[in-house]
Amino acid sequence: MSYSSTQFATSRQMGIYEPFRQIGVWKETFRGDHTSNTAASTILEEDSGIENKIGFVSHEPMLPSGNGNDHEPSRSADKVQRRLEQNREAARKSRMRKKVYVQQLETSRLKLAQLELEIDRVRKRGAYASSSLGTSHMGYNGALNSGITTFEMEYVHWVEEQHRQIVELRNALHDHATDIELRKLVDSGLNHYAILFRMKADAARADIFYLLSGIWRTPVERHFHWIGGFRPSELLNIVLPQLQPLTDQQLPDFYNLQQSSQQAEDALSQGMDKLQQTLALSIAADPTSGESFGCQMASALEKLEALEIFVSQADHLRQQTLQQMSRILTTHQAAEGLLALGEYFHRLRALSSLWTAPPRKPT
Amino acid sequence: MDRVMRLASEKGVVIFSKSSCCLCYAVNILFQEIGVSPVVHEIDQDPEGREMEKALTRLGCTAPVPAVFIGGNLIGSTNEVMSLHLKGQLIPQLKPYQQQT
Repeated sequence: MSYSSTQFATSRQMGIYEPFRQIGVWKETFRGDHTSNTAASTILEEDSGIENKIGFVSHEPMLPSGNGNDHEPSRSADKVQRRLEQNREAARKSRMRKKVYVQQLETSRLKLAQLELEIDRVRKRGAYASSSLGTSHMGYNGALNSGITTFEMEYVHWVEEQHRQIVELRNALHDHATDIELRKLVDSGLNHYAILFRMKADAARADIFYLLSGIWRTPVERHFHWIGGFRPSELLNIVLPQLQPLTDQQLPDFYNLQQSSQQAEDALSQGMDKLQQTLALSIAADPTSGESFGCQMASALEKLEALEIFVSQADHLRQQTLQQMSRILTTHQAAEGLLALGEYFHRLRALSSLWTAPPRKPT
Repeated sequence: MDRVMRLASEKGVVIFSKSSCCLCYAVNILFQEIGVSPVVHEIDQDPEGREMEKALTRLGCTAPVPAVFIGGNLIGSTNEVMSLHLKGQLIPQLKPYQQQT
């Protein structure tokens, strides 16, 4: 259609590119749905659309092939006007349709992303729930535990923000940022962990077994799971080699912190073991006791509450270890420490991804 | 209250506990690891247990047990004990009561 290309060329000279691109893209998406007839009229609509946008009135005839405008001037002029009006109307309508279509696409894209995330989570929790016989009182049958769903969504964001902070820390240290700038980053980092502990406390109230299972973490992280999270002693072991040499005053403080956190960890571990034994005993039917099944179940249920307390204490220990560590270290060292810690957990997650990734090619 | 305060001052390190409380057990283990043998009073096995529990709550313990006293002074519950220990402030208070091994 040589006419059309002329028209296009004219508008191009005027520097109007946007409409072409947009309409070109739109044409692409409609390609599957439109016949060639419609394609022809689309071009007409495009021309009118552009005309409307830039207020450029072509003195050349708008129709691709001759429409008899050279024979009876007034009648053809009317026809032309009518056609122009129809084209403008059609262009307007198709612009509206395009807008609606694009909006629908955007909404669907978002919905798809959410659904994929949801499926992944439900699949994970399905695997988890099936191992516990999917008993209805745990609320997994169809209805998802909203406290846990909230936690899962917030945790995804938490990890993303964590990653962003790690990158920021790395850049700041690399660029020799001032202590004031590092202090801000260290405080944000510590605060970010505090947020995680608050989130976990809410999740513990919703479902303690979810937190204890570690299903919310990646497989490799889960391997190192201890009472609902990472080991406090592990934290210090990871950080120590990454720090600039500690001063003579810092060394004994650090060593004492390592020792005391290890002792506290051991104490909680043994308490947890005792709790497991007690729980098992209270759940096992006791023929000698005069209590009914209901009574024994009720008492066992009470004991389960102790699990929440232990996880809370474990989190408290994790938080205290972080706080004390940052108090012993200088701002610069604390930044290095947080970076080392963040990177370590990131690598655990990355390792999990590699581990669970499907094989790339046949060997 | 009197009973609680009397028992608390009887020995260096006193833990008020309940026989079913595994957290109390954990706190006891911690003291053992540091080299101290606390005296443990299980208030659920004590005839005055109810009053003792109320007294401990009045003293400010959010969870009545475990309640840790050192030298007759209330240190607190698990949270306080753990925090002090990580800060390195628990052992200095225990010095007079640590066993010579």
